Amino acid sequence: MGDPEARDASRTTIAFWQMAVGLCALSLWQGLVALKLLDPFFVSRPTAIAQRIAIWVIDGSLWRHLAATLEESLLGLVLGAAAGISLGFLLGRSPVLARVFDPYIKMLNAVPRVVLAPLFLLWFGLGIWSKVALALTLVFFVMFFNTYQGVRDAERVLIDNVRMLGATERQLVRHVLIPSALTWIFSSLQTSLGFAMVGAVVGEYLGATRGLGYVISQAEGTFDTTGVFAGMTVLGLVVVIVSAGVTRLERWLLRWKG
Amino acid sequence: MMAPALEFDRVSRDFALPDGRLYRALDQISFAISAGSFVAIAGPSGCGKSTLLNIAAGLLTPSSGRVHVDGEPVDGLNRSATYMFQQDALLPWKTVRDNVALGLTLSGVTRAEAHARADAWLARVGLAAFAAHYPSQLSGGMRKRVTMAQNWIIDRGMLLMDEPFSALDVHTRLRMETELLALWESRSADQPPPRLRRSAVASANAESLALQETGGQASQAGGDRETGGRAFQASRDRKTIVFVTHDLEEAIALADEVVVLSAGPAAHVVARHPVTLDRPRDLMELRTSEAFVDLYRALWVVLREEVIRSQRSAEATRG
Repeated sequence: MGDPEARDASRTTIAFWQMAVGLCALSLWQGLVALKLLDPFFVSRPTAIAQRIAIWVIDGSLWRHLAATLEESLLGLVLGAAAGISLGFLLGRSPVLARVFDPYIKMLNAVPRVVLAPLFLLWFGLGIWSKVALALTLVFFVMFFNTYQGVRDAERVLIDNVRMLGATERQLVRHVLIPSALTWIFSSLQTSLGFAMVGAVVGEYLGATRGLGYVISQAEGTFDTTGVFAGMTVLGLVVVIVSAGVTRLERWLLRWKG
Repeated sequence: MMAPALEFDRVSRDFALPDGRLYRALDQISFAISAGSFVAIAGPSGCGKSTLLNIAAGLLTPSSGRVHVDGEPVDGLNRSATYMFQQDALLPWKTVRDNVALGLTLSGVTRAEAHARADAWLARVGLAAFAAHYPSQLSGGMRKRVTMAQNWIIDRGMLLMDEPFSALDVHTRLRMETELLALWESRSADQPPPRLRRSAVASANAESLALQETGGQASQAGGDRETGGRAFQASRDRKTIVFVTHDLEEAIALADEVVVLSAGPAAHVVARHPVTLDRPRDLMELRTSEAFVDLYRALWVVLREEVIRSQRSAEATRG
């Protein structure tokens, strides 16, 4: 724990250095371009990128694309989690099923998701569902493995104790197995969310009419490096903000870890 | 004659080794424990004490032989017992109050009532101020106290304890042993006994003795002195406690009878020794009393042989 004042002080110091690192990098970038050591055609420059983002904010196009990406990510996350958690629980509780499905799950998990994207485009079209499907396949495995692990790793002594205290099989699931799995699931929320966004953006990049991935791919198509960097910057900022929110949620959900 | 609370009848237990051979952990163990008595099972590490206790709990089945509880053969879990494990067994995601109330809520007691009774028990073990805390926020000794409340609240006739205090430091351990005896010696589980009073400032110093002896022990005092330890008659209101430990001192200090198991493999009972020390016992002073030292010497002669044997066989398997 420690002295809260000291902790706040160190937090401000960290924040200061975080800003300093960012500003240094951006100044260096801007400076090298101004000195003509770097060609803005290839690397653009920070001021131009900021300007571009400002234009997107003002004309409202940013929100339309961002909303599409977030919607796909969120749907992918929720559906992938539902599927992964259900199967993880099922196989975690049944060693026989787990052994039967084991090679298939390993095979499917080995498939690079990018090669699935064109298939999903073919199956689900240019709309949001092909992106949701891609996000889902990424999230599914993270959630599946964590749930499976969580159910399997529920401590023997906790199970024995609760049984001795009179728990039925259903009460055992409710009071021990689910909470035990949830700790694993919550700890993987950060990773899952990142994967969901990667899935959505890659899907958009390969074929879409909306979304940040679409914006980036359009810009690349016209050698508009400013647009590419602006799209990447927005994506990065969104991930930082969302993951800060997830960290807080996680801390609250796992508050008993003390 | 009442049936014994717990009876092992030629209980053996084998485990399959990785190479497919069978390892006989327990061999033909037979003894009975009468209701309301406190029996310690001592033996060298790895002799199968915990295995025997798990069989008594119904968590393990014997490979051969039978276990009877109150005269009935055990089928599945032993529903007359709760179990205090060596490791922490509190649910980390439940508050202290919910952990203590768990046995009640599982059996369908309403949340409000379960909480009220849990709070009463928390007060009794001096942790009233920690009801809303999570186990991870408590010290090892406090967690053991929560575990005691969790086990005592559902008021089963038997308590199985597997080296419950072995992870604690010496002083905390002594305190927990004292509290255990105070709880056990009090006749009715739900009423704080007259000779115990609650610690006044439990929150200020939760590690301090929550249950303190205020001297005198009403009904059992005087009279029956000639029968020694028997003066404190095993009462039917009292729990039957089976306490596994590798620490002979702890076994003698707490129990009415010490059962010594041999070193494994094929552990069997090598000695049963009644402990005729007066109750209630003052654990702070007991260990230096002559009667205690005599008992310790007599039992150590037996246990020492087994400890040496177990070390020798451990070295043999290593070499």
